[in-house]
Amino acid sequence: MLSSEWIVAGIMVTALTAYVVLAGADFGGGVWQVLAFGPRTEQQRQAIARAMGPVWEANHVWLILVIVLLFTAFPAAYSAISTALFLPLTLALVGIVLRGAAFVFRAHAAQAAGAQRYLGNIFGGASIVTPVLLGMCVGALGSGKIRVLNEKVNPDYITPWLSPFPIMIGLLALALCAFLAAVYLTYETSGELRQDFRKRALWAGLVMAILAFLTLPLTINGAPLLWNELSWGRATPLVIGMVVLGLGALIVFWLGHYRLARLMSIGEVACIVWGWALAQAPYIIAPDITITGAAASQVSLQALLTVLAAGSVVLFPSLWLLFAVFKGHNPAAE
Amino acid sequence: MSDIHAARAQMGTSLAFHIVFAAIGIGLPLLLVIAEGLWLRTKNPVYLKLAKKWAQATAILFAVGAVSGTVLSFEMGLLWPGFMKFAGGIIGMPFSMEGFAFFIEAIFLGLYLYGWKRLSPLAHWLTTIPLAISGAASGIFVIAVNGWMNSPSGFRMVDGKPTDINPLAAMFNSAWGPEALHGTLASYVSVGFALAAVYAVGILRGKRTEYNKRGMALGLLMGCAMLPLQLISGDLSARFVADNQPAKLAAMEAQYETRACAPLHIGGIPDPKTGTVNWAIELPCGLSFLAYHDPNATVRGLNSFPADERPNPLIVHSAFLLMVGAGMMLLGLTAWVGFLFWRKRHIPEGRWLLRAVALCGPLGFIALEAGWTVTEVGRQPWIIYGLFKTTDAVTPTPGLVPIFISFTLLYVGLAVMVIWLLRRLARIKPEHEDGDKAVEVEIVQEEKEHALV
Repeated sequence: MLSSEWIVAGIMVTALTAYVVLAGADFGGGVWQVLAFGPRTEQQRQAIARAMGPVWEANHVWLILVIVLLFTAFPAAYSAISTALFLPLTLALVGIVLRGAAFVFRAHAAQAAGAQRYLGNIFGGASIVTPVLLGMCVGALGSGKIRVLNEKVNPDYITPWLSPFPIMIGLLALALCAFLAAVYLTYETSGELRQDFRKRALWAGLVMAILAFLTLPLTINGAPLLWNELSWGRATPLVIGMVVLGLGALIVFWLGHYRLARLMSIGEVACIVWGWALAQAPYIIAPDITITGAAASQVSLQALLTVLAAGSVVLFPSLWLLFAVFKGHNPAAE
Repeated sequence: MSDIHAARAQMGTSLAFHIVFAAIGIGLPLLLVIAEGLWLRTKNPVYLKLAKKWAQATAILFAVGAVSGTVLSFEMGLLWPGFMKFAGGIIGMPFSMEGFAFFIEAIFLGLYLYGWKRLSPLAHWLTTIPLAISGAASGIFVIAVNGWMNSPSGFRMVDGKPTDINPLAAMFNSAWGPEALHGTLASYVSVGFALAAVYAVGILRGKRTEYNKRGMALGLLMGCAMLPLQLISGDLSARFVADNQPAKLAAMEAQYETRACAPLHIGGIPDPKTGTVNWAIELPCGLSFLAYHDPNATVRGLNSFPADERPNPLIVHSAFLLMVGAGMMLLGLTAWVGFLFWRKRHIPEGRWLLRAVALCGPLGFIALEAGWTVTEVGRQPWIIYGLFKTTDAVTPTPGLVPIFISFTLLYVGLAVMVIWLLRRLARIKPEHEDGDKAVEVEIVQEEKEHALV
């Protein structure tokens, strides 16, 4: 029987996977907003806005859920993460604010071309910076450079995240977002526009593969604990899954099976997030804060699990409705 | 400015900013339920036009509320790691409930805003109901946490560590009921009167259209219906504070000395040096009566608390006066509107009344901000009342001052953008939405002329 803190940790990783799969693509939309060019620049931007409009806010809530679960179930970890990663998290927060606000403001500033261009740039710029910063924070957690001794965070607020390994994880996160967005947009568009996004997805997939390859040697010294589990340990099957699904997704995509490619890309993301989580377990912050060590009291965790179970009963049918109406084949749609 | 002051200022700014959008997220969906419901029932297209206009405003305002709320969920840890480490396991549960409520809000907002053509009219109207419920629910859950900070419960302190934790008892702390009621009603009141003011201004400018009249009527309906309830809820809150947070009550009323038959200070500036209140109108025994419903009750004064455990009466008393003053003016307006409606049985539209509605527009939000200031500044120096000092919870990381300044600038920028967009939205005639760009082009023309001038 799994103990409560491990179940909550598993739910958090699942929520994080949903965040990367869904909101990651919304960040990627911002990347392609900036990189829109060619004869169909405006159509590309419209397709991005159309795809994101109805869902981005719901997608964003997955992050809130992860944060809320973190401070309810693992308050000591939340406290230490907020202290050690104060600067990148604050900057990411500014990025989150600017991205969301600029996206909506842009849609409502119709006919004010200057303001729209300006807001589009803010939306795009913030969408590029934010996933890099969030990726750096995740990289820092596994690096072993954040030390928490006697319940005090070692006052080094810079090097744990501003080092080659976390930076690489940040860039990888950005490439992943761009790749996902282009894959989804290829599926959701048609004609020449589809060809535009198809090319972008292939390029992003290539960049992602190169970055992943370059990250490997950095992991040996940058995050030795992770490296052990990823290279030949409990996370190895997921690494293999990631490589197989990643290459498979690219091949299937290249052959034009966009729906299957989308599915395989989602599988690839799940392998990445779960691979990281398994490699990092039992640590939330390697090597000083563990899942069990940082957990709240059993009563609190059980109450939380009850809330999660009850909440899911409301949440999942609502989410299904949202995606069925906007992402399914709806005859009523224009 | 020291780091602790910067942290408090940043948290305060973030909350003061977010609270406006949170209140709108509670109040506006209820109006959407009513307006679109009336359209379905009466088929009067004016209601549809109103609902569509408000939907666009909701899109802008909700997005700002969502991102500023995200800021808060991070800032609690970034600025107050000591607090979250202590409190997360005890009072995190209502936060996770709020997470689900926020999820439902975001999902149904997407369905509502983008579903006009994809859903049947009835299904579309139905999406407003979970939106209104989850909007109110998220506020109520978050207030449970604030209630706990004001009246901590659900654990026992043993050797400086919380033990016997009971998350349900923490959530159902005694401050939750009065605070949640007062805060939720305040949201309906602020949004109702603010919206009514927008249309009153329109009518005063000569646009005596049915659209403007009904828009104003719906706003007034919500504001005037909720305001009398707010008086009762205010009384509950005051008595709660009197019984549980005597230092806050003393600061609210700038009562320095402990005494029976304590007077009510109307106006006035507390002078911390002499321990008196200057230039106040004193109502004999007023405070004792209001706080305890007994003119001879003894009210504990600020001087009876250790010097480092007193909230600042200058801020708390002024904010309390502002809240009560704004509430009283809205009460007057409600009585006036109610009287006219009772006599004439139609939407009142005299010029003086319209002017009053227009002028009272911001009062609900002013009272909301002031009331929130009373609760929070009145809780100081404690972050968890009587248990944990704010200074002990602050982050050890350096450089909080520049970050506070940057966030303030960010919020100023957002506020400017929101006002600009809402003004544009108000100027687009409702008849011309959905594809007719002619009017928008006119606006652009107009803006260019303005720019030239």
